[in-house]
Amino acid sequence: MSIGLLIFVFVLSIFLGVELISKVPSQLHTPLMSGTNAISGITLVGALTAAGTGVDLLGSILGTLAVIFATINVVGGYLVTNRMLAMFKRKDREPQ
Amino acid sequence: MTDYIDTFINLGYILASILFILGIKMLSKPHRARQGNLVSAVGMLIAVVVSLFECCLTFEWVLVGLIIGASIGVMAARLVQMTAMPQMVALLNGFGGIASLLVGWETYHSESAETIFMSASILLTVLIGGVAFSGSLIAYAKLAERIPGKPMRFSGQQPVNAAIIAAILLGALIFVMNPAAPWSYPLFVVIMILSLALGILGITPIGGADMPVVIALLNSYSGLAACAAGFILLNNVLIVAGALVGASGFILTGIMCKAMNRSLGNVLFAGFQTTARKIDPGAGQGEAKAISPEDAYYVLEAARSVVFVPGYGMAVAQAQHAVRELGEIVANNGAEVRYAIHPVAGRMPGHMNVLLAEANVVYEQLAEMDSVNPIMETVDVCIVIGANDVVNPAAREVASSPIYGMPIINADKAKSVIVLKRSMASGFAGIENPLFYKENCRMLFGDAKATLQQLIGEFKES
Repeated sequence: MSIGLLIFVFVLSIFLGVELISKVPSQLHTPLMSGTNAISGITLVGALTAAGTGVDLLGSILGTLAVIFATINVVGGYLVTNRMLAMFKRKDREPQ
Repeated sequence: MTDYIDTFINLGYILASILFILGIKMLSKPHRARQGNLVSAVGMLIAVVVSLFECCLTFEWVLVGLIIGASIGVMAARLVQMTAMPQMVALLNGFGGIASLLVGWETYHSESAETIFMSASILLTVLIGGVAFSGSLIAYAKLAERIPGKPMRFSGQQPVNAAIIAAILLGALIFVMNPAAPWSYPLFVVIMILSLALGILGITPIGGADMPVVIALLNSYSGLAACAAGFILLNNVLIVAGALVGASGFILTGIMCKAMNRSLGNVLFAGFQTTARKIDPGAGQGEAKAISPEDAYYVLEAARSVVFVPGYGMAVAQAQHAVRELGEIVANNGAEVRYAIHPVAGRMPGHMNVLLAEANVVYEQLAEMDSVNPIMETVDVCIVIGANDVVNPAAREVASSPIYGMPIINADKAKSVIVLKRSMASGFAGIENPLFYKENCRMLFGDAKATLQQLIGEFKES
């Protein structure tokens, strides 16, 4: 894939990200932050490649550590966000 | 055959990217946020499964890593208490950063770097990931009170930081130009260590009250680190997802800075001016007047509209359930109850909302600063629970105050104000609060939770 195309994708994504969340109610700031934090665990995809292609023991260990940390980020991030949002949801039903 | 597999992998990445975009969009709408999180989690699952089809992976290391990571992640997410959420978010964020750093290191270690583009991408990944990691760990330690939350600085810290940044830039330039030279690997390790040091020295001088800004900013960094890793691996899904997170983190950072009326540069580098801290209480201000729980009960009992203003002190005292209980009792007594939440109350963006949600405070009672300020004059009683700077009228009135200009909740404009506070010690930022000396303000001293329970007891006895 050409470098130019990658940069193109990067710039568009930044603009898209800004457009997507320019208005967030402050009530959702924490879940939005921990939810996007889980998405930043996408580096797990890179970590899997790194762990699976290490040339020597150190390479494999570095890759595997990357997988461990990224997986904690992804799994922990999504679950914690879900836990918080579950509490928010309960409120919507209760007022009646 | 490999062509088909490549196409399949790329289609999977596109699908994952779409789900991330939809997920983030839904996360910013209250009634769809939970689905949004699920949508983005499905996107992540697809991206991970598809990536396992990449050519020539050996699976034993991969599986070990996935199993260990997933187990720790599940346990951490289940066991963490809601009051510990700020440090949890900081820690997870740091893990994302170190993962990107390790991806960069492994790639350099195993494949070396053949082009300038490759070496620059590796360097950026390690640099941003390193700062995100060590910075998040410091933020974690401050939030969990493993280290003092107060700004820690030594004389000459700024020149030291500047020297580190200069050294990193110089090293980076040399490295990027000569990624394959025999001395490049040691140089690479030095840059990595310097970036970790930069994260530590950059965050330690920032006080606990500024943590909402710091967490949002570090969140952005960990996204950008993943994005940089995408440039190493020429992988679109990393670039898209990382850029989305980077952008969202920056926007949140901006919102937090605006809520404090400070620039990002001011939060990161200046802190509050130590010399300007003490403001003259003035002759007309008199003394702070204490009130007993019994008298506070009579004031509350007669009130027709009540506003609670929670702050970090509520989180420290774990008083959110007692607040909700008192709120219900007051509401049943015929008063209109609202909770006014300042955007930077607490230690992370939205901190108070999470705690009150945990305590089952109904959604309709939560009010943002801008919607509650115009009606503050009509409020009978404003109860301030462990909040200080966000209700400090000096921000409106005293031009020499370090927080002058910061938008605040105008608690002082309510007909009467009751401040729950442990003692007269000034708030985190060390700024005097003229609110406490106002004619309509009474201080209810003691642990917030115990005091609230006393008030609840008074209501139950009558």
